[in-house]
Amino acid sequence: MATETTGTASACVGPDGSAIGMPQLCADWMPNQIFWLLIALIAIYFVLSRIALPRIATVLAERQGTITNDLAAAEDLKQKALEAEDAYNKALADARTEAQKIIAQNKAEMQAELDKAIAKADAEIAAKAAESEKAISDIRATAVESVEAVAKDTAGAIVAALGGQADDSTVAAAVDAQMKG
Amino acid sequence: MATEAEGGGLVFHPMDQFIVKPLFGDGAVGMFTFTNVALWLLLAVACVVALMVLGTSKRATIPTRTQSVAELAYGFIYKMVEDVTGKDAVKYFPYIFTLFMFIVFSNFLALIPMSFSPTSHIAVTAILGFGVFFAVTILGFVKNGAGFLGLFWVSSAPLALRPVLAIIEIISYFVRPVSHSIRLAGNIMAGHAVLKVFAGFAAITAVAPLAIFGIIGIYALEVLVSFIQAYVFTILTCVYLKDALHPSH
Repeated sequence: MATETTGTASACVGPDGSAIGMPQLCADWMPNQIFWLLIALIAIYFVLSRIALPRIATVLAERQGTITNDLAAAEDLKQKALEAEDAYNKALADARTEAQKIIAQNKAEMQAELDKAIAKADAEIAAKAAESEKAISDIRATAVESVEAVAKDTAGAIVAALGGQADDSTVAAAVDAQMKG
Repeated sequence: MATEAEGGGLVFHPMDQFIVKPLFGDGAVGMFTFTNVALWLLLAVACVVALMVLGTSKRATIPTRTQSVAELAYGFIYKMVEDVTGKDAVKYFPYIFTLFMFIVFSNFLALIPMSFSPTSHIAVTAILGFGVFFAVTILGFVKNGAGFLGLFWVSSAPLALRPVLAIIEIISYFVRPVSHSIRLAGNIMAGHAVLKVFAGFAAITAVAPLAIFGIIGIYALEVLVSFIQAYVFTILTCVYLKDALHPSH
């Protein structure tokens, strides 16, 4: 095989240790390369097909399963959350209507009480007004009487002062006549 | 390819990184010799085991970072097989995933400085490419019998054109494994050779900054290429598999 044995192993290497032409085309080396290549390929194939690929396939399948399960669980939880939200909203709405009802009831009660109080107050005011009216008319009557008395007295006094002689009945008649006119 | 020494000891050996050498002893490279190819192939295996087996050992429902990456890789290729090839092709997923993991780790391990890149060797990628080709072709005949030949008989074309198209289809079918394997090896080899050339230029003080930025740029590109080539190889495998399972156009 080795035609040149000057320190090198092959016909494809020159005496200075560098390649003659393309080492790729050196037929002497090819059996060696092919042999080791086949060894390497077979080793890789067996390692991959017996150990690595089934293992990775299992891991990927398991992961897919886990992801699917987790997604389903998440979907479940989401559903539950939605239900809880619905319940909450419903409770809120119920509470609101209840509150509205209570407010309306209170308002009605208050209105009724108010109306009653107003009616009572109106009645009292009317009574007081009537009383006052009566008092005023009494006062007015008394005042007219007083004016008559004063007028008669004054007229009598004026007549006396002027030196006349007048009896009370005449003066009273004259004053009455004057006051009617 | 190998630019030879010019002037002041500036020597490029961009292809030296692809030399296969025995790691123990100095003998010839026999079929079973433990070479640098073997080392980096086994390192790729170790990385696949570390990511896909050790990384997932906890089987956690909430994944750790490593397990997350493993699951990401699994999901990425599984979806590719399902989308490109169809739901009935899921049983071929372990083979396609093996291809992808092997290529992606070989490519990325090759980005470590001083490492060896098995996927830059046409012997390696040809085995992958032709392996896919033969597997898919045999599968096509097993699944569809002679109906698999319908792949070459474009029934939607006018009858007169069909023989011509059949020839073109057959040629393109047989070119598939070649392009499939050379695409990967070529990309990785070219990228690494260019890196090495830039590294050679970095020895000259005047252009060193430029060369170093060049290395950074090319390296970034190579990171991209490492993944994209693994992706392309895998998706083309899926496409070929789809042709085998459903040969009608």
